[in-house]
Amino acid sequence: MTQDCWAELSGVSKRFGKVVALDGLDLQVRRGELFALLGPNGAGKTTAISLMLGLQRPDAGTARLFGQSPLLVETRRQVGVMMQEAALAPELRVHEQLDLVASYYPNPMTPVAAMEMTHTEGLADRPYGKLSGGQKRQVQFAIALCGRPKLLFLDEPTVGLDVQAREMMWSTLRRLVNEGSSIILTTHYLEEAEVLADRVAVLAKGRTIASGSVNEMRALVVRKHISCSTRLSIEHVRTWPDVESASRDHHGLHITAGNAESVVRELLAADENLQDLEVRRAGLAEAFTELTQETAP
Amino acid sequence: MNASTFALSRELPRVSAMPTGRLFGAYLTEAKYESIRALRAPAFAIPFLLLPIVLYVLIGVFLIGSMSNGDTKIAVTMFVNFATFGVMGPGMFGFGMFVATEREQGLLTLKRALPMPPTAYLLAKMLMTMLFATIVMGTLIAAALAVGHLRVTAGQFLLIALIEILGSLAFCSIGFFIGTRASGKSAPAFVNLAYLPMMHLGGLFYPLPKSAQPIEFLSPAFYLAKLGLHILHAPSLDEISFGAASPSSHVGVMVCAAVLVGVTLLFGGLALRRFQRLA
Repeated sequence: MTQDCWAELSGVSKRFGKVVALDGLDLQVRRGELFALLGPNGAGKTTAISLMLGLQRPDAGTARLFGQSPLLVETRRQVGVMMQEAALAPELRVHEQLDLVASYYPNPMTPVAAMEMTHTEGLADRPYGKLSGGQKRQVQFAIALCGRPKLLFLDEPTVGLDVQAREMMWSTLRRLVNEGSSIILTTHYLEEAEVLADRVAVLAKGRTIASGSVNEMRALVVRKHISCSTRLSIEHVRTWPDVESASRDHHGLHITAGNAESVVRELLAADENLQDLEVRRAGLAEAFTELTQETAP
Repeated sequence: MNASTFALSRELPRVSAMPTGRLFGAYLTEAKYESIRALRAPAFAIPFLLLPIVLYVLIGVFLIGSMSNGDTKIAVTMFVNFATFGVMGPGMFGFGMFVATEREQGLLTLKRALPMPPTAYLLAKMLMTMLFATIVMGTLIAAALAVGHLRVTAGQFLLIALIEILGSLAFCSIGFFIGTRASGKSAPAFVNLAYLPMMHLGGLFYPLPKSAQPIEFLSPAFYLAKLGLHILHAPSLDEISFGAASPSSHVGVMVCAAVLVGVTLLFGGLALRRFQRLA
């Protein structure tokens, strides 16, 4: 464990009855990075986070937070948590919820400061049970932040948020990372990981099947997308050896190709009036789909 | 919020101990908000704060009082029995329903992931129960002084209040035991399955037939009421009906105290073992 590694799973296995949830998993979250944990349902994301937080113990391997056992409450005083499913007491008002959780930390921010940071000041006196789903997520985010944690665990934080609230949360997350905090994020919104994450790990069947920066993950998918306006017919283009698929809509012709450069050369040679040529690499979503399909039974 | 709020040192953060004052504050804050939320929950606060006083005045004072021609001994007996009834509910339902629901809906898991002091959750619920028991005892004593025709000194009132408030912990343990095992939806049913027989078969509201009286020995409520009656030198309803021949008349102070402590430790211990395995 280096000084820069704030959370770590090392050779961790966890089994629930006959189901293997994690199978020799290694993960590291470093200081000052936003780390996105991706994977299909049942991949082991929640179990991995539970082990890092000390909510469960590994059958084999070790889980560490700041070089210490996550079971120690002293260790967790550096951690903020936002869970996907946690129904807070509906009778307590928002500022009371924050006051309560802030009391667990040695040097928390005030409830007012936490609400300002998460744009929830207007909800301060509202009972938590009367909030909308999106407002509850924002309050849970404020609760995760109120102890000034070094490391934030966010499980699907933007589910149920409108576009504006999501943008505000993203902006706060970027600010936190810029100021040196680390964030572990699980999300089903791959665009969220694409926009925010410094590093991504894709889990499937309890193992890491790929990890690296978003660009490195995209590069794992060789295929690229080509779009253009051309008089060439789809049938003709489909006969070219490097073309995987082709379609046409009112924007023009769309081609998916393994070797994009070769297809572009053929396009330009076949149609000298070709216009609006655009070549795109695969997105994280495509990389994710391809990676997880490879491990599907 | 200024930009330095999250400024960090360049080193691996050291695990820092909470200052003792803040740690104590965390326990108090947890207890404070546990009590506030329980007081604001109408389905919890209304029955457990109002029902004891309403039933005591209607049944314990006016109904039984009119039937007993102002017998002050029966008046004391009814006061103690309704006090016992009043302190049972908050502990059993407060722990049984809240623990089961919070376990099922993820709040307990969140609190375990957060740096909540490990025992704060349970202590807060115990203190909430004791606050409810204190309010119940306060209202019952006020009613007893106003309309109860009791010959009881202030010191005896204080002593009986203390015993009933501490005795409520036995019912916390039973509720906690149920709360760690039942689901949120089934917990009220299971708590009622324990609460109602315990109350009715504990001899609190009416004497049981002599042959059925040994059933009372299975009810912790019987021992708490009996303890209170010993303190105030008052007979149980069984003794009023059947005299010294009543089987329950031989149960002494030490037996009552030992059973209540035993119930608290047994159910509390079993529940705690289960609770520590829950996440």
